[in-house]
Amino acid sequence: MEGLERIVAEHPLFVGLGPAFITLAAGCAKNTRFDPDQYLFHAEDAADWVYLVRHGRVALEMVTPGRGAVTFDTINEGDIVGLTWLLPPYRWGHDARATELVRAIALDARCLRDKCEADHDLGYALMKRFLPVLVQRLQATRLQMLDVYGQPG
Amino acid sequence: MDSLAEIAVDPMLPRVARVARRVRELADTWTLELVAAEGERLPGYAPGQFTMMYLFGVGEIPVSISGDAADARRLVQTVRAVGKVSEAVTRLSKGATLGLRGPFGTAWPVEEGYGRDVVVIAGGLGLAPLRPALYQLRRERQKLGRLVLLYGTRRPDDILFRRELEGWRRQLDMEIEVTVDHAGADWRGHVGVVTGLIPRLRIDVENAVALVCGPEIMMRFAAGALHDIGVPEAAIHLSLERNMKCAVGLCGHCQLAGSFVCKDGAVMRYDRVRRLLGLREV
Amino acid sequence: MQDRPPVVIALDGLDRLIASLRADGFRVVGPRLRDDAIVYDDIAAVGDLPAGWTDEQDGGHYRVKRRGDAAVFGYAVGPHAWKRFLHPPLLRLWRAEQGADGLRVTADAEPAERFAFLGVRSCDLHAIAVQDRVFLHGPFVDPHYRARRAGTFIVAVNCGEAGGTCFCVSMQTGPKAESGFDLALTELLGGRHEFLVEIGSERGAARLAAIPHRAARPEDSALAERAVAHARGTMGRTMRSDDVRELLQANMQHARWDDVAGRCLTCGNCTMVCPTCFCTSVWDESDLAGGAERKRRWDSCFTMDFSYIHGGSVRSSARSRYRQWMTHKLATWVDQFGTSGCVGCGRCITWCPVGIDITEEVRAIRGEGEGDGRA
Repeated sequence: MEGLERIVAEHPLFVGLGPAFITLAAGCAKNTRFDPDQYLFHAEDAADWVYLVRHGRVALEMVTPGRGAVTFDTINEGDIVGLTWLLPPYRWGHDARATELVRAIALDARCLRDKCEADHDLGYALMKRFLPVLVQRLQATRLQMLDVYGQPG
Repeated sequence: MDSLAEIAVDPMLPRVARVARRVRELADTWTLELVAAEGERLPGYAPGQFTMMYLFGVGEIPVSISGDAADARRLVQTVRAVGKVSEAVTRLSKGATLGLRGPFGTAWPVEEGYGRDVVVIAGGLGLAPLRPALYQLRRERQKLGRLVLLYGTRRPDDILFRRELEGWRRQLDMEIEVTVDHAGADWRGHVGVVTGLIPRLRIDVENAVALVCGPEIMMRFAAGALHDIGVPEAAIHLSLERNMKCAVGLCGHCQLAGSFVCKDGAVMRYDRVRRLLGLREV
Repeated sequence: MQDRPPVVIALDGLDRLIASLRADGFRVVGPRLRDDAIVYDDIAAVGDLPAGWTDEQDGGHYRVKRRGDAAVFGYAVGPHAWKRFLHPPLLRLWRAEQGADGLRVTADAEPAERFAFLGVRSCDLHAIAVQDRVFLHGPFVDPHYRARRAGTFIVAVNCGEAGGTCFCVSMQTGPKAESGFDLALTELLGGRHEFLVEIGSERGAARLAAIPHRAARPEDSALAERAVAHARGTMGRTMRSDDVRELLQANMQHARWDDVAGRCLTCGNCTMVCPTCFCTSVWDESDLAGGAERKRRWDSCFTMDFSYIHGGSVRSSARSRYRQWMTHKLATWVDQFGTSGCVGCGRCITWCPVGIDITEEVRAIRGEGEGDGRA
């Protein structure tokens, strides 16, 4: 598990967390790999995993009848795929597809949630790291919603 | 008094230009290449400036110059059909004449990029008034540090000057990242707002210059994001837009608080306008 | 001019001055009573001036009233400003034709007439200077203003009493005319009906040479000074003006803007009567001969269209438009042109249908409470 701990410790989201926390988090981690066009998960799947992207790009998609799949965001190296694991009912609201070869660390969400419940200090430290990501995505989404490049009026 | 001397005296008097070529860029956007009509002369200009285009019997609008300032033979302008006059401009045929006033406005401070990393951020049609700056930056590439273009637009079909961007990327001497607001499955690139690409910039932030052009909200967010990663506010330049009528600072329409966007802009330093952009209805 | 002492002329001397200017081809314009107001219009003789009339002015209130004497300059300023001659309300800029070989544009020739302004108050002298800065001293010169301004002969008038909405003292623009004129008159209503004449230029001196006049005596100068002092002491309004720029720029979200927005009709009267407002709009029009004309007319920042871009206006609320006008006039004008845009003439207060008082608005934003704006 030592290699995984090092990889988790180096990921931008976990840089600076103490070694005890890294060990706890890494205890829920595993290496994953996705080929191009392979799905990491589909909407309505149980949100059991959080993916820390180490290499490659993941497209977040929604399917609407008549329009097919629309990509509304892409996640690059250093970012995370999946925030819904934080909140009940722990179900994905969209699809996630690798657009090229993707290597990621998957953290078992249930394992992580249990450890956060047991150790509130770890829980607080992780929430403090995930919350800014949530806020940034919200602000970006708002700007996207304004459709600023559309025809005026 | 001959017409050129008259124009020097009266900035409201247009000179006559002729359409030499028209290129359809997007569904609603055309580029016109203009040459001087007989007995006239094309004006010289700097990247970032605009002209007032007059169509007989229709009206006059401000249009960005989108061509290479070093090419004295043609004046290249890109127009999006959003109203009565712009639609008529996009329907001009080869050989048609039109009136031209200008160029007006301030220029992109390309020289401030010498010895520095230069980040160009364009949104939608904002790539058009930035293209002259990009031509000059690429021509003087050896004077710059890194050169990065971040371009955001609505969908892959709306990527302006796409073949040209692809050509620049193939030449390997600048970084180009393109993102769209949403796309289908056949798009392999970034999806999301262009500001999302800013935290990923690998530049010397304290020694960088940023040129930003696009819808005002996008420019505000982009300037904010640049500032967040450490680019000084005085090193960020935006191209603003207001209602232009005379374009020479005498009719009052284009005022943004104490500035006349037509003569103190359109290119303005972010630190000078930041507070105003945040106020409603200024 | 220091080296030219003042002289005194009588009423017929004023008549001779008008005739002399007209004989040399000047178009003499000055105050006339018309439609129950004192406006600026063509003057053929001294008899055209509103002798024995004065005005009563307050917020949203203007009346002409008979005086007890025969003073010809016994009033303040009316709805007209001199900008209507130098910066015409409507002007054709050029004409275009679409021929077989394409577009052809022809400019109009500038007018040959020269103006002589009779009865320019000190506030209006400053207003002309303010517009000179706008139209003549920027990176682009307005050739139409320049053509009309060059050669204008100015006969100023020093006020002997202040108007009900005047505050030139607060703005340091009067009541005494200090410069920018060829001749300056102060009406003397002692025993005889005379005018003290101060000479402001060589042209003024030359013009006076042909008019019967006598040297001014100390009692004439004293009478003139008393008249001006009386004007200085009876100002209708006051406004503390040394801090206005910073005050307004720091209070762009003050609650007072909402308050005035509840009263302002955005009718634009203030911009029409203000002697420094200069905004115009240009548009294109087809003419009956198959050509097209580019025309220019006065415009107002109070219109909805003024700030229109991309399917909407930047300033669509009345609040934002009133704020734009007032902050431009008193604050950003300084950044643009180096002086305030306001000369304290009071026209905007008088001609506002609901009596909005710019001096009161400044006081409210400063937090000095309502109070009576009177001096």
